[in-house]
Amino acid sequence: MIPTLLVESTGVLTTVQDLGRLNAVSAGVQAGGAMDRFAHSAANLLVGNDHGLATLECTLTGPALVAEHTCLIAIAGADFDPRVNGAPVSPWTSLFLGPGDRLTFAGRRDGARMYIAVAGGFDADRWLGSLSTNLLARRGGREGRPLKAGDTLRVAGEARKPGVAGRRMPEQLRPEYSDHTLHAVAGPHLKRLDPDGRRLLFQATYRVGRDSDRMGYRLEGPQLIATGDELLSFGLVAGAVQMPSSGQPILLMADHQTAGGYPVVATVVSASLPIAAQLLPGDELRLADITVERAQTMRRALAGALETLREGAG
Amino acid sequence: MRISPLGDTALLAELSTRLDTAINTRAIALAAALKKRRDVRQAIAGYASVTVQFDPELATHDSLSAAIKRLAAKRPPMKEPGRLHRIPVNYDGPDIAEVGERLQLTREKIIEIHSRPIYRVFLVGFVPGWAYLGPLPKELVLPRRAVPRTVVPAGSVAMAGRQTGIYPLPTPGGWHLIGRTSVKLFLPDSDPPCLFRAGDRVKFFSAQS
Repeated sequence: MIPTLLVESTGVLTTVQDLGRLNAVSAGVQAGGAMDRFAHSAANLLVGNDHGLATLECTLTGPALVAEHTCLIAIAGADFDPRVNGAPVSPWTSLFLGPGDRLTFAGRRDGARMYIAVAGGFDADRWLGSLSTNLLARRGGREGRPLKAGDTLRVAGEARKPGVAGRRMPEQLRPEYSDHTLHAVAGPHLKRLDPDGRRLLFQATYRVGRDSDRMGYRLEGPQLIATGDELLSFGLVAGAVQMPSSGQPILLMADHQTAGGYPVVATVVSASLPIAAQLLPGDELRLADITVERAQTMRRALAGALETLREGAG
Repeated sequence: MRISPLGDTALLAELSTRLDTAINTRAIALAAALKKRRDVRQAIAGYASVTVQFDPELATHDSLSAAIKRLAAKRPPMKEPGRLHRIPVNYDGPDIAEVGERLQLTREKIIEIHSRPIYRVFLVGFVPGWAYLGPLPKELVLPRRAVPRTVVPAGSVAMAGRQTGIYPLPTPGGWHLIGRTSVKLFLPDSDPPCLFRAGDRVKFFSAQS
């Protein structure tokens, strides 16, 4: 029997995401995938999956799901106050849903994006090697669109390890979501800012603008002017901080365009992207410049935290 | 060549700052060579650069920079010319009159100049199926529109600076729309999902004549 869950309601935006389709980038297709890869991976590992199976990414509000068969799930990332049949349950912890159990969310307490994993992974449309929903191309995920009420979610297969309820990721191993400092490495075109501009970039407080989504965030703060000739377009990565002529930076996120010609003055490091993924329009942030070596240390710390979940499965 | 970090798991190798077919050929060859490495997750050629995403468990910026310099020093393989695509265009775009006024050219002259060269696909990217084609003849060079359109219809043939291209999907855009084509650039159910590949050649012709 393939376990299924019924979608009663979806919240603002719920999409199927995995780790994206990096191979499609040379065709101009965005890599996509989960915005907060740490929470996505942790949720998967808590239910005994490989870290890259498809999860549900829920933005700002949670869905309401009804289990039609017994299944093991875990919730990670933003805190939307999860409930089973109305009673609070712990996030970052695996738990069983029995037939007829309702998973709902009472309201956002912190963060922007929450991930729901199920043992065996969610089944969805595979496109160019990934189950991730690409809303621009309308492919992948559930018919290339956000989930809607009435959808039935199927589990894709068997979990890698037998399911255990009550497996938990300790708080001290999670990213420090409350600290809105995004660590960044100097970008290839940082020198196009004058010394004052360079200092300001890494000292000023920025606010996430209203036109911010899975493609990227507009950062509102001091106007910084990059000088020099127009650049020839080049390949981009998530985390790149572009400086268009408006002087207001753009932070590229998971569904970013694959190429562009604006100067890249900094790149937010991989360990800070989960923090960035949990920011909302109106949130304040700071860019802190660090060395590549420091960024590697931070990345290894988060990878190590996930590794403890893998080992814990026994 | 200038190699700079793009965060902790990627780097940008800039071969040149010039728009040049020979340099673009080298960038495409370098990206193809890098893609074959086990420590490389993705390598994308830009006009005159390569963006490399690597596996941080297997490579560092230093090890990969050294590999890039070694590969770039090799003579690029003699590449066969890319595939040639012939694209019919209805030169009736909403901006063609304004372009004519600004450049002091008749519509017929714009058509003649735009459809004269065999363009090169320098780069596929930006949005699914978009290809940067060029170089556009100097007689047609105009800066981008001051105010970009919020939606450009799919199939619009457009130009800006030394570049021309076709909008594959309805997207925002700041280029001058001089025509439209019914040829589909984005082929979501094919692999790769786009008609053009970097290094291909494109010839436009007027569909009305």
